[in-house]
Amino acid sequence: MTLFESLRIAIGSLLINRLRAALTTLGIIIGVGAVIGLVSLGRGVEDYIASEFQSLGSNVLFVFSSPPTSSTRRGIQPMTTKEAEALRSRAVAPSIRTLAMETLAGGIVAAGSNAIQLSVSGVTPNFIEVRSWAIRDGAWISEADNDRAARVIVLGTTVVERLFGDKMIDPVGRTVTVNERVFTVIGVLEEQGGGIGFIGDQNEVAFMPILTAQTRMGSTRTRDGGYRVDVLHIQALDEESMDSATQEVETFLSDAHGVQFQGEQDFTIINQADLLSSLGAITGILTVFLSLLAGISLLVGGIGIMNIMLVSVTERTREIGLRKAVGARGGDILLQFLIESVILSLLGGALGVALGWLIITIGALLVPDLRLSITTDAVVLATFVSSFIGVFFGLYPASRAARMRPIDALRFE
Amino acid sequence: MVSLFKRRGGRRDDVPVDVQGRRAVIEIQGVTKTYAMGDIEVHALRGVDLTIYEGEFVSIMGPSGSGKSTLMNILGALDQPTSGAYRLDGVDVSRLSESDLAKVRNKKIGFVFQNFNLLKRTTAQRQVELPLIYAGAGGRSRKAKAALESVGLGQRLNHLPSELSGGQQQRVAIARALVNEPAMILADEPTGNLDSRSGAEVLQIFQTLNRERGITVVFVTHDSWIARHTQRVIMLRDGQIVADAPIAEPLIAGHNERPSMEDEMEAVLKTVYYGGKEEEYT
Repeated sequence: MTLFESLRIAIGSLLINRLRAALTTLGIIIGVGAVIGLVSLGRGVEDYIASEFQSLGSNVLFVFSSPPTSSTRRGIQPMTTKEAEALRSRAVAPSIRTLAMETLAGGIVAAGSNAIQLSVSGVTPNFIEVRSWAIRDGAWISEADNDRAARVIVLGTTVVERLFGDKMIDPVGRTVTVNERVFTVIGVLEEQGGGIGFIGDQNEVAFMPILTAQTRMGSTRTRDGGYRVDVLHIQALDEESMDSATQEVETFLSDAHGVQFQGEQDFTIINQADLLSSLGAITGILTVFLSLLAGISLLVGGIGIMNIMLVSVTERTREIGLRKAVGARGGDILLQFLIESVILSLLGGALGVALGWLIITIGALLVPDLRLSITTDAVVLATFVSSFIGVFFGLYPASRAARMRPIDALRFE
Repeated sequence: MVSLFKRRGGRRDDVPVDVQGRRAVIEIQGVTKTYAMGDIEVHALRGVDLTIYEGEFVSIMGPSGSGKSTLMNILGALDQPTSGAYRLDGVDVSRLSESDLAKVRNKKIGFVFQNFNLLKRTTAQRQVELPLIYAGAGGRSRKAKAALESVGLGQRLNHLPSELSGGQQQRVAIARALVNEPAMILADEPTGNLDSRSGAEVLQIFQTLNRERGITVVFVTHDSWIARHTQRVIMLRDGQIVADAPIAEPLIAGHNERPSMEDEMEAVLKTVYYGGKEEEYT
């Protein structure tokens, strides 16, 4: 008997028992659908986090003051404008392209009767380059603004919305108060993507010239004659020089702050790439975990196939007996049942891909920020896994059918 | 074994021939069958010798427990004897492997069962094609149609079992048994599930096939009325053949009304040895 005949017999048998066949495939449909849906979800989250970090700017390091971990030293010596100026020098830190400073001014921002608590920052004019942001309305802080410590402010869209009622309003020229000091709005930042991101709403920001923050908002003088700086935003020359830039900042600041031993550093350097990769590891684990869950449901689906195939073999004992009586060999019966199980699982796999697609489509509608798509490898995997399941879980019932003695099978009631 | 099948059309010379020049289809010598049921050994057959010639119409009778079913299983190559030899159409099938037995069942034996054993939701034509599929034969639909026509179901090719009467279903089963042109048809209580009229129809078909096409038919039955429609009765008791005689005047199916139980018993006793002493019979 040819393979084609076995195929015809198997398809014929499946058509005869449509309902049972449909129920059998259900397990595989759900399993494969879950694998595709969840894997795609995991990937979507990974991509989303990666893109969130892209909005922080590329090849960026952050340096901020933090308490030392070693008990041999206590207290924080703040970073200063002098240190930052020194780091800008090619001789000290050749791997740094741009260095922007940020001093937190904090406070309550108000316009008319609306007031919001906001961490307002004073930044150097090159801050916008380092973060690769853009201006929607008006202008960004200029060197001249900074030099004369002008009372000007640039707002993020969320702040505009909360102060003026609508984020599309152009507030340039209007005045707001920051800790009761009057500022003129000179610009609004372009809305940043990922507004609900876990980094915090990057549109809920307000920036003034750093010198304004340092001189008009309170005393920030330091012992070396400069002003306090809370965060350094450093852009390295390129991706390769991230590590050397980190090294250079570390060496310089350790020296400037008199750090002698490991753990005495009163500053922390965060590398955007490191952050990304460690978060990537977490989301990678998430993806693996989701795949594992989906894999379990696929396994359950496979066992379901085996279960129903076994029931089917028992139920069709007389049919098997008859087939053997009219000349089917054990191998013919084995092949018939195996093909039935493979067809069921492949069919389940195909419908599972459709279900996965449905899950992804619904997911994309619910969370538009996640870019979800069916990848070919997920489809190939689903096909491979489901046909494997068909063979693996079909083999035992099929071999039981094949081993039946025709007289026992014919006598079976 | 394979070589024997290759010369399917060829005639073997060492096959016994009866007085009328008919070749032996079934030769059984000293066949025994022992089952182990737990610790007890059950001797289902205790040395059976039997020869059936081509074109014969034989019924094997016996009460339950007589070894009738065991003998049928061995005749049908569904089971192997514990000892003894069984040659079917010149081929020794008592020592064949499982897959060679499947081939023997496919090519040499046509089965007809009491409960028809048709595949559900499968058309008559597909039912009849089944043995041809396992044989790998060509021209299936033509052969299946011819077989169904020969049992009078030429107009029912695409009917499902649920659309056929019991008698028609059994005729489909007969067509399925015929289609591979087997050396014999083995029928296990073929009228057992049928009313008298359908039973008579089915018997008629067997008689016609036997008379006009010379097909060897073996009935296994406990019904003496059915046995009286065949030409020779073999009576089994306790695993041995206790009688083997031709029926003086076989009944023609449909021509006789089934007699009352008492008459029937008497008729059987007249023609068939019932297991008493040898002198009583002759």
